[in-house]
Amino acid sequence: MTVPPLLEAAGVGVDFTTRAGTVATALDGVDVAVRSGEILALVGESGSGKTTLARTLVGLQRPTTGEVRFEGEPLSYTGRAQRRLCGEVQMVLQDAAGSLSPRQTVYESVAEGIRLHRRVAGDPAGRTEAELVAAALAEAGLRPPERIFLRYPHELSGGQQQRVLIAGALALRPRLLVADEPVSSLDASIRGEILGLLLGLRDSLGLGLVVVTHDLGLAWNIADRVAVMYLGRVIECGTTEEVLESPQHPYTRALLSVVPGAERLTPLVLHGEVPDPTRIPSGCRFHPRCPSYADGTAAGARVADHCRRTALPVLAATGNHRVACHLAAAPDF
Amino acid sequence: MTPLLALRGLSVAYQTGEGRLPAVRGVDLVVRAGEVVGIAGESGCGKSTLASTLLRLQPKDALVEGEVLVAGRDVQTMGWGDLRALRWAQAAIVFQGALHSLNPVRRIETQIAEPLRLHEPDLSAAAVSARVAELLEQVGLPATRSRVYPHQLSGGQRQRVMIAMALACRPQLIVADEPTTALDVMVQAQILDLLSGLVRDLGVGLLIISHDLSVLSDVCDRVAVMYAGRVVECGSAEQVFTSPTHPYAQALARAFPRVGDATARYAPAGLAGDPPDPLDLPQGCAFAPRCARVVEACVEEEPPLLQVGGRQSACIRVGQA
Repeated sequence: MTVPPLLEAAGVGVDFTTRAGTVATALDGVDVAVRSGEILALVGESGSGKTTLARTLVGLQRPTTGEVRFEGEPLSYTGRAQRRLCGEVQMVLQDAAGSLSPRQTVYESVAEGIRLHRRVAGDPAGRTEAELVAAALAEAGLRPPERIFLRYPHELSGGQQQRVLIAGALALRPRLLVADEPVSSLDASIRGEILGLLLGLRDSLGLGLVVVTHDLGLAWNIADRVAVMYLGRVIECGTTEEVLESPQHPYTRALLSVVPGAERLTPLVLHGEVPDPTRIPSGCRFHPRCPSYADGTAAGARVADHCRRTALPVLAATGNHRVACHLAAAPDF
Repeated sequence: MTPLLALRGLSVAYQTGEGRLPAVRGVDLVVRAGEVVGIAGESGCGKSTLASTLLRLQPKDALVEGEVLVAGRDVQTMGWGDLRALRWAQAAIVFQGALHSLNPVRRIETQIAEPLRLHEPDLSAAAVSARVAELLEQVGLPATRSRVYPHQLSGGQRQRVMIAMALACRPQLIVADEPTTALDVMVQAQILDLLSGLVRDLGVGLLIISHDLSVLSDVCDRVAVMYAGRVVECGSAEQVFTSPTHPYAQALARAFPRVGDATARYAPAGLAGDPPDPLDLPQGCAFAPRCARVVEACVEEEPPLLQVGGRQSACIRVGQA
């Protein structure tokens, strides 16, 4: 029998009902899985559903269909079960400056989780609260930790704020960390430091890591596997090398071509933005913006009808490079 | 020909409770018509302070030295009437954060028309709305959306509205402060395409300020890298991005990996430490405390920005064998 992944989503769908009564489908059947010591990057544009998926993975959002499993066990949404999951799976929110309370010192911010989860009483080494806080800060690369115990967030640089946020998550000794855009608001020189920290945590603590980002360079820097999302579905997934070096889906190719500084590719700028999730296009959800559909490549391969009418299956979370595209599957393409 | 914008020895300092805080220290820069120039640097390097002086928008307590010449006239010393005539009509700024720069309770047509009404009070209402429609088309928004409010638009669309506003009075010079920060890659590419298209079609000069050197390398002709208030490297975008000479510019360029580059796999490149406190700048080269190649001479005096083979660099080791 195979060991189940640390955390997996199986056919997860999330619907939101708008005030007007229409239903917005933020996630529409998603399978993803992450193992211990593995870094999975979820990439896509704003509105692709990547943040909703991250929130669903940590149990903050209850799926409308499908389920999320931790070590093979479906999540339960009772208060007690949620609290237990919190100790295992932690989320590092987007925008470090906005996620820290401006009126709490660094020590208070990091100690909060330790107190809520009574980690001092449960510590096998019998450490005090201050020692646990110091250990978490040191792991997040803030050394010596005691020096910043009494600082307030506004006294810290953006990189330090992000490290405090990561320390707060590490203090509970989670086995999986979900980080939403961990470096998008940071300066270029700090970016590499924080990514190096995440990579180091995976290596030293064996953490599983899910990183939500629109930055493909980040995925190339640290991720083992990449899942590309579009309008609530994963449309291409595989190892980082497979997906980013030989992308099959026209959407992935377009995303790669507009990464700044990628002069070897002709930029393929898509028109418009991700469509309204209350009206998901029929057939392949990407066809209204697809450059290969628009330029007749799909028609040439005799799949244009499929693109318009035939829905694509949900991609399996693990295994080989997979892609949800009629054209990529066409025999004479 | 007089350049659209020329900075000569520009220095800006703020008076704070703890003393004089130098934000910009002796910057020279020229932007000509049809040219795209980029300024790259981290938070606190003085790039936004620099932008604010271009139209004399800096806070009252800022001490400005040197010259800021827009079309040959010094913005910092001209009279108020002249300054008002110059803002929007000769030079316009697209401010950082389109989310917060638009008035949430006014329709976008009213906001785009505002500079028009101020600068061309004789225009009829019909002419104003025709011009607004034309501007919206120019930035790739359907004119039929002119009556929406900012919250009904996405981040990228709001940024387009900001650009339409800047174009309203047909300025020669456009300054864009972090035009694509907070937008995702595809929208960023759309906005950069739009800006490059404007330079090509209208022949305006464009100054882009960004922390992202890879963005600048794609759209700019020339790039200046700032650190602790000074320009430390300046050259063609290609030179600065692919073969920078100053160690800080090198670190900045390395921070953006190229997908497919095997050396960047599982090896994100960073730069340890934080930029210096402007109230307490280190002796000598401001970058020395974070520099891996520091030598004794670096901490003795601040290296000047010197011409080295078609570009400028402020590192004493550059040009030495």
